Amino acid sequence: MLIFTIRRLLLAIPTLLFISFIIFLVVTLAPSDPTANLPLTIPPEVKQKIRESLGLGQPLPVRYFKWLWQFVYIEPAHYLNQAFGFSIDTGQRILSWQTRSPVMDIISQRMPQTLWVVGTSYVVAILIAVPIGVISAYKQYSWFDQIGTFISMIGFSVPTFFTGVLLIVIFSVHLGWFPSIYDTTHSVTDWDSFVVQVKQMIMPTFVLALANAAQLSRFMRASMLDNLSQDYVRTARAKGLQEKTVLLVHVLRNSMIPVITVIALGIPNIFGSAIITEQVFKVNGIGQLLIIAIQGGDVPTVQTITFIFAILIVLFNLLADILYGVFDPRIRYD
Amino acid sequence: MAVGTVRSSKVSAELENAAPVLSVENLETVFLTSEGAVHAVNGVSFSLQPGELLGIVGESGSGKSVTMMSLLKLLPMPPAEIRSGTVGFDGKDLLQVDQQELRAIRGGDIGFIFQDPMTSLNPVFTVGFQIMEPLRMHLGLNKANARKRAAELLELVGIPSASQRLRDYPHQFSGGMRQRVMIAIALACDPKVLIADEATTALDVTVQAQIIELIKDLREKLGMAIIWITHDLGVVAGIADRVAVMYGGQIVEYASVAELYDDPRHPYTKALLQTLPRHEGDRMERLVSIPGQAPNLSGPLQACPFAPRCESAHDRCRQENPPLFEVSPVQKSRCWLEDQEVVNA
Ligand SMILES: Nc1ncnc2c1ncn2[C@@H]1O[C@H](COP(=O)(O)OP(=O)(O)O)[C@@H](O)[C@H]1O
Ligand SMILES: [Mg+2]
Repeated sequence: MLIFTIRRLLLAIPTLLFISFIIFLVVTLAPSDPTANLPLTIPPEVKQKIRESLGLGQPLPVRYFKWLWQFVYIEPAHYLNQAFGFSIDTGQRILSWQTRSPVMDIISQRMPQTLWVVGTSYVVAILIAVPIGVISAYKQYSWFDQIGTFISMIGFSVPTFFTGVLLIVIFSVHLGWFPSIYDTTHSVTDWDSFVVQVKQMIMPTFVLALANAAQLSRFMRASMLDNLSQDYVRTARAKGLQEKTVLLVHVLRNSMIPVITVIALGIPNIFGSAIITEQVFKVNGIGQLLIIAIQGGDVPTVQTITFIFAILIVLFNLLADILYGVFDPRIRYD
Repeated sequence: MAVGTVRSSKVSAELENAAPVLSVENLETVFLTSEGAVHAVNGVSFSLQPGELLGIVGESGSGKSVTMMSLLKLLPMPPAEIRSGTVGFDGKDLLQVDQQELRAIRGGDIGFIFQDPMTSLNPVFTVGFQIMEPLRMHLGLNKANARKRAAELLELVGIPSASQRLRDYPHQFSGGMRQRVMIAIALACDPKVLIADEATTALDVTVQAQIIELIKDLREKLGMAIIWITHDLGVVAGIADRVAVMYGGQIVEYASVAELYDDPRHPYTKALLQTLPRHEGDRMERLVSIPGQAPNLSGPLQACPFAPRCESAHDRCRQENPPLFEVSPVQKSRCWLEDQEVVNA
């Protein structure tokens, strides 16, 4: 297993390099101008100077390798210096074109907000989806299953920007129960501030959880149904086991194998879906940062965030494979 | 046409008189599916004497499995519905007892072995866990004792280095070995009845022979009654005391093994015997199957279900379903030909 993991990690390096180059090309060749948002009173010669100072005059390969060097060497070295007091020689860190501050610092400021909302919603989604999937499959075509099907169809087909706005209209504008804007500066110090935090998290969490739970519960249901018709279930019943044991030990254990991998594979994706939800609820997380960076033509920021997403996808793919091996004794990676 | 070694019909007649361990009366099971009803079991009655080995034979789709699963309500309900019948076991009617009592009998007093050993075991649990489950459940053994007994069981069914193999997963066993594991599970709680549904069908011929030897052996040692289901009359000849031949969800012939092979009465039985491979010197003759299609089971039987494929069918066969005629104390046949003989006599 360890050898498998190391081999896969090594194999991931060329893949990631290739991805990073593609991202670089797409982001760089996109017709956007980092100076476009500057006031019109600034004369064109000055704008040209600004562009050159951002490194835009250099040839493409130079720019790519410069960024790559910054990402794989300077940034990690910087964090090592910070964390352990090392004094590794570093150079210029990746700077945002908009704010002129290090992109990684902005990302680590924004990450907690995203993780809170996205992480909570994913956990909520799993906690909702697994039991719903199990019951729906066990009581196939019952009213419970029908309602579950209907709700997950809604969660599946209605985009989050719609459910988000709908919730804001109902619960913030009309009922006034929850705030429509997520206040990131709010810090939890006592019970009351905790309640405030929960209140402002409810709607964005719910929107994301609904979308994820819809998909996961369908998947769980399908996996359970697959297994319920297997011969080993009949054997378990013929042994005289209780229905509870048959379902929650024998069938669930098998059904979870593909579901766990889907959960692992889905983790990077939720950052993607968070982009929209963060816009709707004004959560200033990674998603919002990315949107603003795209609008401002901030190539280093866009490129870095996108590449981090790519790394997450590759890592969680590996994690999914490893989990498969952990949960299914038939899979051996050696 | 004597095939294999058979017990004398006197033994069978004696068997008939003892108190049966299992007696099934007039069992009827229907599947109510979206494409309409399937009358899979249409009034099956049979009994099983202590220590007896009853063979149940019939083509695929004749209702053998559904009959057996109905006994312990192992069918998915719906779509299955047991319309009528009684299953007498231990002074109770298994179709009437509550879930808890039924569960105590499943895997406790009645053990089941299924056709496909590759899929009948749960792939993600060790073999030891799966054998220990009924032991802990029915006999209330603690973990250590259950493990000890599980190792004994594996040894009993002929699996070498049994106590180490308890830790292995099903995929680490061959098909024949997995079927031995299934047998160990079925025998775990010393059942009075063992039901083996096509237990050797999925195995290749040599392994099949080994498993049959094992069953014979275990029967000698443990003395339980066995219902051996197969679509191969040849297999049953060597091990059964009596044989029930099924067609269209009915028992069409029910006889001691000697009578069945020496003097088959029902045209379907005769046809089945003709499909058996016969030894011609060293060469085996190829199997031929019975021409014609499987019966239509979408409604209650109005006529003999075998009539469309039967060479001796006459008008009456197409209008009325025959009852089970008693040809002799040890042989019954569900065929109008028997009625004529009675009339002619
Ligand atoms: N779940 C089910 N739904 C509908 N029909 C079924 C189902 N299971 C079995 N049957 C039908 O019941 C009949 C008897 O099947 P079965 O007992 O499995 O035959 P055998 O074991 O003799 O090969 C067949 O016609 C089959 O199509
Ligand atoms: Mg069958």
